[in-house]
Amino acid sequence: MRWIWIDKFVEFESKKRAVALKNVTLAEEHLHDHFPGFPVMPECLMIEGMAQTGGILVGEAKKFSEKVILAKIKKAVFFDFVKPGDTIILEANIESIADEAASTTGKITCGDKLIAEIDLMFSHIDQNMSGLKFPDENFVFTDMFASLLKGIEISENK
Amino acid sequence: MAKSRDDIFEQVSEVLIDALGVDDDEVTAEATLMGDLGAESIDFLDIVFRLEKAFDVKIAREELFPIESMMSNPDFVKDGKLTEVGLAEMREKMPHTDISSFESDPDINKLGDLFTVNSVVNYIESKL
Repeated sequence: MRWIWIDKFVEFESKKRAVALKNVTLAEEHLHDHFPGFPVMPECLMIEGMAQTGGILVGEAKKFSEKVILAKIKKAVFFDFVKPGDTIILEANIESIADEAASTTGKITCGDKLIAEIDLMFSHIDQNMSGLKFPDENFVFTDMFASLLKGIEISENK
Repeated sequence: MAKSRDDIFEQVSEVLIDALGVDDDEVTAEATLMGDLGAESIDFLDIVFRLEKAFDVKIAREELFPIESMMSNPDFVKDGKLTEVGLAEMREKMPHTDISSFESDPDINKLGDLFTVNSVVNYIESKL
């Protein structure tokens, strides 16, 4: 099983930006412990949600031919809590993309409220510097991720 | 107007402070990116992206940090040291880097020490 921390994409501009949505619910068991009596979405999971939003954006830019791995959290600043019942919007923008890696900037909002600013770097691990080999199968972009893109139109950018 | 070397150093410092999370007083001209400032492989790409943005230039990672491609070439590396051919290649590929002290003992483990803040400033100066 893989945990997916976004529910669906609502906008997707190839090679440029992607916007995903997540509904937070008290049915997510970890919220009962984080924290007892004060359930809020863990910030690390918001980073993971942004990594999935940005990672799929970066992956799609190369038509999912690369294995895209989160390599560095350049910035993660949180301004407010996310509570059960909230719908958060995760927006990722490609800042730079090269053969070996890509960087994204992003923000999470809830209604008018800014929740977080998260900038990330992704590595295309088959192009790694040390020449390490990975399995041919693209274990990053599995069917589970593919299903997130169903029903969303991907607009093309040069 | 052309940027002065001090201006370039200032901007390069800002890039390194942001990319590596170091303090400004750590970023001296002689500081090595890996040894002194703790840069890892992904940081080099981060630095390249940030330099491109800061100076509005296109930078090929292979040009600024050509080490990886050299290491994988058996003509350049033998018994853990750079060969004469390797050193010649390095002089040609990395004119922005002072390799004079490295030449006497070209141990590949010391390659990381060649990347100093100064070498990045030299490189940017040559690109502008």
